[in-house]
Amino acid sequence: MKLNFQVEGGNFAKAGVASSEVKKVLKKLGVPPMIIRRIVVALYEAEVNIVAHAQQGIISVDLHHDKVEIELRDKGPGIGDISQAMQEGFSTASEEVRAMGFGAGMGLPNIKKNADELNIESKVGEGTTVHITNYFAKP
Amino acid sequence: MNQSNQLELHHAIKIDADKCRACTHCLQVCPTEAIRIRNGKATIIPGRCVDCGECHRACPYQAFYVEQDDLSRIFDYKYRVALFPAVFVSQFPENISEEQIYSVLKQIGFTHTCEVEQPISVLIDSIKDFAQNEYDSESPIISSFCPATVRLIQVKYPALTEHLVLRNAPHDLAAWYVRQRLAEEGIDPSDAGIFYITPCAAKIAAVKSPVGEKKSIVDGIINMSEIYNQVMAKATGVTGNFHSCDCRNEISREGILWSLPEGEKAAFDGKSLSVDGMHNVIRILERLEDGDLQDIDFLELRACEEGCAGGIMMTSNRFLTADRQHKRAEKFPEAKSSAGMEELAEKLRIASVQPRPMVHLDTDMEKAFAKMEKARSIMCHLPGIDCGACGAPSCLALAEDMVRHEARMTDCIYIQQLWQKEGKISAEKAFRNLEKRWGENRFDVDCSKRGAKNDNGFGLMNEGEDADLY
Ligand code: SF4
Ligand code: SF4
Repeated sequence: MKLNFQVEGGNFAKAGVASSEVKKVLKKLGVPPMIIRRIVVALYEAEVNIVAHAQQGIISVDLHHDKVEIELRDKGPGIGDISQAMQEGFSTASEEVRAMGFGAGMGLPNIKKNADELNIESKVGEGTTVHITNYFAKP
Repeated sequence: MNQSNQLELHHAIKIDADKCRACTHCLQVCPTEAIRIRNGKATIIPGRCVDCGECHRACPYQAFYVEQDDLSRIFDYKYRVALFPAVFVSQFPENISEEQIYSVLKQIGFTHTCEVEQPISVLIDSIKDFAQNEYDSESPIISSFCPATVRLIQVKYPALTEHLVLRNAPHDLAAWYVRQRLAEEGIDPSDAGIFYITPCAAKIAAVKSPVGEKKSIVDGIINMSEIYNQVMAKATGVTGNFHSCDCRNEISREGILWSLPEGEKAAFDGKSLSVDGMHNVIRILERLEDGDLQDIDFLELRACEEGCAGGIMMTSNRFLTADRQHKRAEKFPEAKSSAGMEELAEKLRIASVQPRPMVHLDTDMEKAFAKMEKARSIMCHLPGIDCGACGAPSCLALAEDMVRHEARMTDCIYIQQLWQKEGKISAEKAFRNLEKRWGENRFDVDCSKRGAKNDNGFGLMNEGEDADLY
């Protein structure tokens, strides 16, 4: 089962639409609450990242019987040094974005903490693609 | 799986089928989509209902009622305690004094009175103790004061149950406190009945089947609006020797304000947030699920707007009540220390609150998957206008009922029309379908419905009463 969402860069009012839709679906499927929680936290962070940094993005959520695979593809500035961005507290968010309570540098480390598998590809000046995979049963 | 057979949880909200006209107002407001129209009457799916009373507020025919114990039951006991929250006092207009209110309670037959929030310092210290010494998960901790929000979390936000403060609500504490006081007076516990006067269906449900503990300590529950009416009728008649509340010198500012928005928040340092009103509570819980509120330490939630001043069995306007409550609070001192009340503090602890997720399509995940895919294809055919004429709160809810085998395609009146046009079903059959959902008399001419020729307002009279009146 596939769910697709478009994300508009800079529109914080709509940040979280994808994660809340996915959350509803996972609850209806009866995925254990604590596992849903990890998926949603990771997805929400990644979604907010697109809103905060990119011009636009597409989220595709692929639901399988045993796992969910999420791909977030954005057109944006890209990440120069991914391992640096993974460190807690590192953020390139602008002052305005931080003032809204986003971009405190929790983004990638928090995604990593909540994702079972995480893969990031990025080209500076072009965009970033994030793959998140989480399993419904603890492996 | 039929959800209606699950779990024997107690519910205080009931429907009077004689008054219900299946007008569908309640369908849309229920936060857990617990209501369906069956055979022309609203019905509640018990496992989903959180006793918040939103349906009660929305019903134009007063078909929802709150179960309660008969007031005469107090006379089963030699000593009769009226246990009531501060909002009870603040409901009354300024020309009725506290002393008059207490006097009427005695006149009704109560031998003792006690305000629920009297021993509040025990609760304040105990919650602080929980936050500092027991809780070790992610912040924030969530107040367990409002049982409607506790149940909402169990049913709809099960992953958040671990944030709940594992302490009893003030009414339980107060009941223990009263028992202790009675014992000090030398009263045999079996001779005393404690009656809890409440504005809240969720509190009644919680008292009858408490979350996280076995048995409640209250002996009976009285609907606050009933006592309100009695006080209003008798108060101005009481003269001379006014009774005072037995333990009035123990009432504190914090206690009086506890059930209002910011009441609990005020007692805690750190960053806390106070949220009231069901739709606001839902929004904040959604954000919390997204992992978005980690900088908040304490989250105070109230299902009703203006907290318990907006409870469904409150008679007075919630804003006026809250205003009077703030003014009353100014006249009382700050809460004293809870030192020496350790025994009571022990009674406050409850076991962990279990999640009770109710929104899944099947207990088997693979089957749930298949059902979801089916529901999604059904949605392609439904009109998507959420009209409620099928008896479900939305087209999606109908599609999900269908895959649970609790509804059929022809329940949708638009599909029926279409199928008739396409010659798939006869007009006769279509009409019978409608009658099945909406009851056989649904299409009779009825001039007593709202806005019709003989609309008598709510509390509709039947013909017999009508004749007596004129
Ligand atoms: S009390 Fe609340 S949860 Fe229960 S049926 Fe009414 S609106 Fe729904
Ligand atoms: S806010 Fe108060 S009256 Fe309303 S449901 Fe919660 S506890 Fe009951």
